[in-house]
Amino acid sequence: MLKTATIRQTGTCSTTETFRQARWNEPIIFEMDNDGEQGIVVNKPSRKVAETVPDAESLIPQSMRRQDTPGLPRLSQMRVLKHYIRLSQETLGADVNVDVGQGTCTIKYSPKVNEQLVRSHKLADVHPLQDDSTIQGSLEIVYKADLFCREISGLDRFSFHPRSGTHAIFAMASMVRAYHESRGEAEQRDEVVTTMFSHPSDAAAAHVLGYKITSLDQDPVTGLPDISVFRRAISERTAAVFITNPEDTGIFNPQIKTLTDIVHAKGGVCCYDQANANGILGVTRAREAGFDMCFFNLHKTFSIPHACGGPGCGGMGVRKEFARYLPAPVVDFDGQRYFLDHNRPHSIGKIGSFIGVVPAPVRAYAWMMSLGAKGLREVAEIAVLNNNYLLHHICQIRGASVPYAAGQRRIEQVRYSWQKLFEDTGVTTEDITRRMCDHGMHMWSSHHPFIVPNPMSLEPTESYSRAELDQYIAALRSVAEEACRDPETVKSAPHRSCVDKIEHDWLDDPARWAMTWRAYEKKKAAGAYE
Amino acid sequence: MKSLEKITMSVQRSHPYIPNSASHLKQAMLDSIGAADMEDLYATIPEELRFRGEMNLPEALDSELELRRHVGNILNRNRSCQDLLNFRGGGCAQHYVPAVCDEINRRSEILTAYAGEPYEDHGRFQMLFEYASLMGELLDLDVVNVPTFDWNQAAATSIRMIQRINGRWKMLYSELIAPDRLATIDNYCRSAVELVPVRCDPQTLSLDLEDLEAKLDDDAVGFYFENPGYLGRIEDQGQQIADRVHGAGGFLVVGADPIALGVLAPPSQYGADMTCGDLQPLGIHMQQGGGQAGFIATRDEEKFVREYPSRLFGIARTRTEGQWGFGDVLYDERTSFGAREKGKEFVGTATALWGITAGVYLALMGPGGMQQVGRTIMQNTRYAMQRLSAIDSVRVRASECAHFKEFVVDLSQTSLTVSEINQRLLQRDIQGGVDLTGRMPGFDGCMLVCVTEIHSADDINRFADALSEIC
Repeated sequence: MLKTATIRQTGTCSTTETFRQARWNEPIIFEMDNDGEQGIVVNKPSRKVAETVPDAESLIPQSMRRQDTPGLPRLSQMRVLKHYIRLSQETLGADVNVDVGQGTCTIKYSPKVNEQLVRSHKLADVHPLQDDSTIQGSLEIVYKADLFCREISGLDRFSFHPRSGTHAIFAMASMVRAYHESRGEAEQRDEVVTTMFSHPSDAAAAHVLGYKITSLDQDPVTGLPDISVFRRAISERTAAVFITNPEDTGIFNPQIKTLTDIVHAKGGVCCYDQANANGILGVTRAREAGFDMCFFNLHKTFSIPHACGGPGCGGMGVRKEFARYLPAPVVDFDGQRYFLDHNRPHSIGKIGSFIGVVPAPVRAYAWMMSLGAKGLREVAEIAVLNNNYLLHHICQIRGASVPYAAGQRRIEQVRYSWQKLFEDTGVTTEDITRRMCDHGMHMWSSHHPFIVPNPMSLEPTESYSRAELDQYIAALRSVAEEACRDPETVKSAPHRSCVDKIEHDWLDDPARWAMTWRAYEKKKAAGAYE
Repeated sequence: MKSLEKITMSVQRSHPYIPNSASHLKQAMLDSIGAADMEDLYATIPEELRFRGEMNLPEALDSELELRRHVGNILNRNRSCQDLLNFRGGGCAQHYVPAVCDEINRRSEILTAYAGEPYEDHGRFQMLFEYASLMGELLDLDVVNVPTFDWNQAAATSIRMIQRINGRWKMLYSELIAPDRLATIDNYCRSAVELVPVRCDPQTLSLDLEDLEAKLDDDAVGFYFENPGYLGRIEDQGQQIADRVHGAGGFLVVGADPIALGVLAPPSQYGADMTCGDLQPLGIHMQQGGGQAGFIATRDEEKFVREYPSRLFGIARTRTEGQWGFGDVLYDERTSFGAREKGKEFVGTATALWGITAGVYLALMGPGGMQQVGRTIMQNTRYAMQRLSAIDSVRVRASECAHFKEFVVDLSQTSLTVSEINQRLLQRDIQGGVDLTGRMPGFDGCMLVCVTEIHSADDINRFADALSEIC
């Protein structure tokens, strides 16, 4: 019998069986074009300006004048607004769903009060190159966010220049290069070692600087890199190790200090990818694990909203011997005033504009101030508790399993497998992903590298109540049972989401792919879709 | 019946952001999974790695009011560009932000979404596809990326893309590109190319075509310049530059300010192979640099598409006739998610929210709005150049040449440094331009002034009068 996704007696959440997402069938905005409408009136120059400089076109050299009119649609304001509001209703943000289905992404509550603070004109309308005397407020917050992150990591100095976690990995790799250049070993040290269950960006971002990448496989039993294999991979050619811990399996590597010792003994640098830090705040730190550098994703662990994919921030920390390489300028305090120190002769220079996404450390500071040391520790503990609660219950669902480290608790996330369900029913993880949409839930499809067969990565963070976790479990159970009973319904999902199953045949075909409406129209006119 | 006070006292409340943190709720969950306590859950972390101290952090601010007051009070020490009359630009500028832009980008559904599937996040995919489509019209190009961090990154990635295509090693660039951008490009591209500057005339701020020609050869990946330039000059030799670069078998990459493109020709129309720039002018607050977002655009040619590191959202059919869906183009073989270090550079969290916002902006503005904003900025800029030129000790560089939004004011004839002048302007609640001293070789004693559509004649006159008094 179908168990409906109805929940506990207290803190009840409603069933997801009858969920229906908005389906507006919004046209592409160009299809709404109507000559004569306009969305906003742009101010003309003041009368005095217009009298003195009556014409703009004549100011532009003939060769640089735009001769055609940009083919933008013409729409009145409310039509534009309504179009985007409808599209927002077809977007299932964390404020809408039980967003535990994006493992590695730490989707947690982004407090609204922090949003109000950063949207004040005191930050929103501040120019990035203002005089230090006019930005004492934001410099103070960035400085203090640095101090807080030092406490959390045990490292000595933080920078918030990186505009994402991957950007922080790239910045760390740049500092590794600068460090070895300063010692005359840059030529010799051309290898970076990482693990398959560290984020793919650890391999990719270091490679941009020309490093040869070695990605170590995991032991089939423990899920962790084998220590003897690791030892063999490290040599005088090793520039650095980039490693996540807990890895994307949620397994904490207890030998992490042994690994960093091995690297240091060969003169390499140890870089800690702490994208998965949510379960270890106040519990274990980069310093004790022997790392020279680390970063936290402020858009993950530190609650800043994910914003459909950025802007984010990688808060990047270093031991003091590496501080000289941090991107310039750094925020400092002389006891009386906060200032930007541009005099950084050993700095890697710039990795991006200005000093990064300043609203990110401001939100993170407010979040940390709402929690204090005990609260941060509570965040970690409840994130781990919620994760192990999910683990306990999902393991009881038919067809679900957990590869590696059998019987062991996990930290903040788990990479599960639906392989057994697939073998029994032919239903894949991708099918389940689509069917979960029909329950108003994400279960995302990115579990790179696809080592675990039919993977599912869940990370419940501290933000969801037990009732919500039960709701997610019930929805998964419902889908798994449906897969056994009626696999075709799962395979042909979604049925109640914004759109029906997508045909992917255009997307990898140069003759038919279209990344803009104008490209589609051109290809259509050329008969590409007939 | 218990009194309200007793009920309040008898139950430990959870933190508002952590629903399961009340001790009895926590215990019930521990019990349900057969764990004795939290230590049981952390058993895999060895004791020598456990942090047993207390982090030295301030006490938590319990109430939301206290938090708001505390953080708000610190931020109030900032002086914003609503407190000051602002003329500072240099890669980030104060433009008018239409109310609908903010209305959309603060929507919960959008602000808190991340990486859902093209089903339950159909709206996110459509908004970003439409963003690319709207930018494509402005740029007159058929492929536009889901935006990257900022213009710096967009320029650096553009260079890496063309280098991978033609495999050459020498990248030429105009010496008058933004200095921070050059520093970013240097760090990002140094392992793949040697960067070679091409001279510009310091008085006309125009590219030296002969120097370009002399440096172009079989090793040249291509050439990168910015138009309008970092110093606001509209380069009118676009086609001549493109012809020379193409003649040497290289690619032309042009960085452009999108808010200019209602009136200025987009670089693709004078021969650029790639166009990049920043979306911040398009309906995005400055946010002390948090509003930057980098676009990259090309023709729809396979050789370019295969080299993009960014997400690219393509339109697709669904099983229902006439219904649009979306998906990633060449995701597995191209992106670092799918291909790790064998993919193109790297991808991850970038600036999708600003892409969506820029799309809203362009949809509101339409062709007429983009033309008008371009005209207003052109006229305001020229008016400001004239007003400032009229001051005795002040000289506007290349004042006879066309400028957009920014221009260089040479203050070296005054007895004050630019920094001192800016301090005195600040005392009058005016924020002067970027001090180019030590920032751009050959421009010591110069200020880069930024004028946009927000400035009235009164604003510009106030600035000119203040400068006149000070200098």
